[in-house]
This record gives sequence, structure tokens and C-alpha cells, in this order.
Amino acid sequence: MEWLQQLVNGISIGSIYALIALGYTMVYGIIKLINFAHGDVFMIGAFIGFWSISHWNLGFFSALLLSMIVCALIGVIIERVAYKRLRNATRIAALITAIGVSLLIEYTMIFFRGAQSAVYPSTIENRAIDVFGAQISSLSLLILGVSVALMLLLQFIVHKTKIGKAMRAVSHDAEAAKLMGINVDNTISATFAIGSALAGAAGVIFGVYYTKIDPLMGMIPGIKAFIAAVLGGIGSIPGAMVGGMLLGVVETFVSAMGFSSWRDAAAFLILIVILIFKPSGLFGKNTREKV
Amino acid sequence: MKKSKAFWAYLLIGIIIYAIVQFAMSSGMIGSYYSNMLITMCINVMLAVSLHIIIGITGQFSIGHAGFMAVGAYVSAIFTMKLELPFIAAIVAAGIIALLAGLLIGIPTLRLKGDYLAIATLGFAEIIRIVILNVDYVGGAAGMTVMRETTWSYAFFAMLLTIIVISNYTKSRHGRACIAIREDEIAADAMGINTTYYKVVAFGIGAFFAGIAGAIFAHNFYIIQPGTFGFLKSFDILIYVVLGGLGSLSGSVLAAVLLTAVSTYLAEFPETRMIIYSLVLILVMLYRPTGLLGTKEITDIFKFGKKGGKNV
Repeated sequence: MEWLQQLVNGISIGSIYALIALGYTMVYGIIKLINFAHGDVFMIGAFIGFWSISHWNLGFFSALLLSMIVCALIGVIIERVAYKRLRNATRIAALITAIGVSLLIEYTMIFFRGAQSAVYPSTIENRAIDVFGAQISSLSLLILGVSVALMLLLQFIVHKTKIGKAMRAVSHDAEAAKLMGINVDNTISATFAIGSALAGAAGVIFGVYYTKIDPLMGMIPGIKAFIAAVLGGIGSIPGAMVGGMLLGVVETFVSAMGFSSWRDAAAFLILIVILIFKPSGLFGKNTREKV
Repeated sequence: MKKSKAFWAYLLIGIIIYAIVQFAMSSGMIGSYYSNMLITMCINVMLAVSLHIIIGITGQFSIGHAGFMAVGAYVSAIFTMKLELPFIAAIVAAGIIALLAGLLIGIPTLRLKGDYLAIATLGFAEIIRIVILNVDYVGGAAGMTVMRETTWSYAFFAMLLTIIVISNYTKSRHGRACIAIREDEIAADAMGINTTYYKVVAFGIGAFFAGIAGAIFAHNFYIIQPGTFGFLKSFDILIYVVLGGLGSLSGSVLAAVLLTAVSTYLAEFPETRMIIYSLVLILVMLYRPTGLLGTKEITDIFKFGKKGGKNV
């Protein structure tokens, strides 16, 4: 039953990737920008969770909520200050700015608190639950539960609320949406807020699961979440969820087979294979280029 | 004829600069601190110019340039330390293997465009780094000790060669084809330019010189480690090209020289350096997205007065 245990571990790590990937995919869907700074919003979320649990004695769920609110604000600030001017700029200019914002957040954090890592306090008791002979940790199940709940909430927002409808309209055709009386600027800000809140939640969950956080932790999970978004088809919300979970499972199995130092290479290999053979991803729509 | 005269004049200026610095070094006027800085400048100029041909001239956005540098560094280290061959052979081998790596990576990925290409090159650079990290023959994460063989002469002439080849390539028929691809790939294709071929060639040339820069870099310090060639190194090279002006060779050279000097002075405060770098990058992109010089060259500014505004 070893494999069942690995599968559950893989899915719970994958759900962290999926939560980050959702922010990437939503932002890309709406303004066609790879928001490199997204991984650093995730890092800030992890630190806010850490401070609220260890210094302000909050519980897990209130820390999660606080971190989501602060990250949503930070996401909106980043969008308003850096990306708003770049709506009509070239793709390369936007991408370089995003890289710049990402490094600025990382090194400002290091400047103020140092590069040393912090250890998350244990808030939740971790027990092993016996399921069909497999030892599954309760922490994995909690992570999975929280992630799935957040994803369901996101599905509800996107498909059942007015702002969700506006988001879908803007990502479909921003010009036409504007003509229909949708406030495009506010809709884009809302997208950043929701995406960043999910990244903040992912940060707290990551901290509780791995217990070690540092200012540069956002880089690798950020890039992997992007891989997950591409794997699922960038711009597609269910794609990001499935892509994230799939990537987590693949990574866990690569590690379990004894190639843990090759784990990151496997993720990049998936990215390149997907980009070359099916750039639209698993759930993406094929678009033909028009002159 | 006029063009070739200008070429010989610049070459002469280059050699005079070399001779002055060489004299100052051998007579002890420049201490080891500054001579190290000058060698680092040469390496960074090579890296900047070799990325300039990919991003600035051909318009292919690659953010994995440190990967080719890593290939060059490790290949040259294997040649001098394991096979005990002379340094010059190691430099040539580093360039050729990096060129092959560039072709291997370029042929599949250059079908991608814009953001996707950027991410794919980043992915390949990371794969190169992870492979090096896992090969015990070259020391894994601990790194590999390398003899110090780089001198000012090696660094300077390698840099001069890079600049000459790339500036002449840019002015040739092939270079104009590359610029056409940068401006509008579909239109270039319609004009009968084999876009894939020229993109791959530019990528190969860029990788070749990045590999040579890697070889010079490896023999300048006593140790090379895979961690040195991570994403941050690629980012350092990228900022030279972007800040100098996408499409301006002299701009990349100037940015590489200036930023190397700045980062040498800020070596004790790496966080401050990165904060300044990233702020500069954001501000340049927001207020002057073409970089400081745009697609102009410094030499254009001098010509401007003579030809009465006819700058093409």
C-alpha cells in the first residue's frame, strides 16, 4: 500500500501547486501576463501566516484568513503600481517588469529580515490514519480539504457571481466588455486580488506542511506552479487544478523511486515536452495565429 | 570602403586600450582588485553581447543564458583539470560544446514565441544546472577546483573577438535577416526569409560566445559550483541587454561595464545591489521600455553631426 500513501502525499503537495497555479492562470487569462511576482506573494503569505501564528498567537484558520486578506491587498498594489501602465506595452517589457517586481519583493524581504529561514510552529496535531493498510497523515488530508474548499469557492465566484461573470467577459474580449459597461480596471484588480489571496493561502499551507520557510522559497514553487498552469492549459481554471495535482503526483513518485535530486528536472522536462508537443495544454483551446 | 575604414579604426582603438591597461598592470599601477574588476568586465561584456544577438537582434526572448555559460565553464574545466590540455584548447572546446548545446536546445524550442520561449529556455538552463549538480565526475554540488589561467590578455581578446564577430554578423545579410525577424516574424517569413534557420543560427552564435565567456570565467576563480549558474546569473546578463537598449550592441557593452563597476563596489551589500538592479529594471521598463540607447549605437551619435541627420 506504499503507492496509495505516495499518491495522497503527491495530491496534497500538488494541491499547493494548484492553488498557486490558479493565480497564474487567471492573470494570464485576463491580461496575458506571466506574473513572475506571484511566487513571491506566496512567500509573503507564508511569512504572514508564520508571524500571526508565532507572534500574535492566532489559530491556523484565522492565520489563513489574515494571510489571504493581506496578500489580496499586495496583489492589487503590485497590479496598480507596476502592471497597469504596461497594458499596451510589448510582451517582453511586461515580462521583464514582472521579473523585476519578483526580485524586488524577494530582496526587500531579505534586506529587512535577513535571508535565514524560519521554522513554523506546529499548530495542528499530526496523526497517521490507517486507510486500507496505508499510513496517511492527517495533515495531508487537512491540506487537501482546505485546498479543495478554496477551489470550490473559486468556482462559485467565477461562475455564479457578478464579478466572476465580469472576469470571464474581460478575459474573453476586453474591448467588448468595456463597451458593455464593465469596469475593466476594477475587474483586473479583482482578479489579482483573488489570485493573490489563493497564493497567500498556499503559503500558509506550505509553511504548516514543510515547516521551513525563507525569503527565496517562492522561486521554485512559483515556477512549478507556472508549469502546472501550462500543463493544464494556461487560462483554464480546471486545467490549473488538474495540472497542479498531476505535477505533485509525478514529483512524489520520482522522489519515491530514489531520484529525489532529479525531481526539479522532471518538472522542467514536463514543461518542455508540453510546450513542444501540445502548447495549449491538457484543457486549453487551440488558437490559430492570425496575421 | 568607408565602413571598413571605420572598422579598422575601432579595432585600433581597442588594441590601444588593451596596450595601455596591459602596461598599467605589468608596471603595477593597477592593483589586483582593479585588474580583477577589469577581467570581470570583459567576461560580462562577452555575456551581454552574446545575449544581445539573441534578444536584441533576433528578438527571441531567452532567459536561460547562464546555462550555456555553465556548459562552457564545466567543459573547459574538464579539459584543463581532467585531461590536462592547454587552456586555449579548453576555450575552443567550451565554445563548440556550448554551440552544440545551443543548437540542441534551440531547434525544438525556437518554434515557441514570446513568453513560452522565455519559460522554455529558463527550464533548459535549470535542467543543465541540475544535471551538473548530479554528476559526480565534476564534483556535484561541492563544485570543481580549477587552476587560475585567465589573464587580462585572454579576457580582452576573447571579448574583442566576440564584439567583432557579432557586430559584423549584424551588419551582414544574415544579420539583416535576423533584424527582419525581430521586427515582424510573419512579414519576414513572407519575404522568403528562412526564419527557423536564422533563429537557430543566432541562438548558436550566442551560445558559442557564452560558452567561451564561461571558460574564461571558470579559470578566473579557483572553484566553480553549479549554484553560480542559476537563474540570478541569467537575470544579471538579461539586465545588461535590457538596460543598454534592446538592439544596441554598444548599449549592452556600456551597461555591462557600468553595472560590473557598480556591483564590484556593492559586493559587500548583495541585497542592496539586487534591490537597486530590480528597481532600475522596473523603472526602465515603465518609463523607457526600449532601454537607454534604444536600437541606436554610440557611433551613430557621432555620425549624426557629419551626415546631417541621415541616420539609418
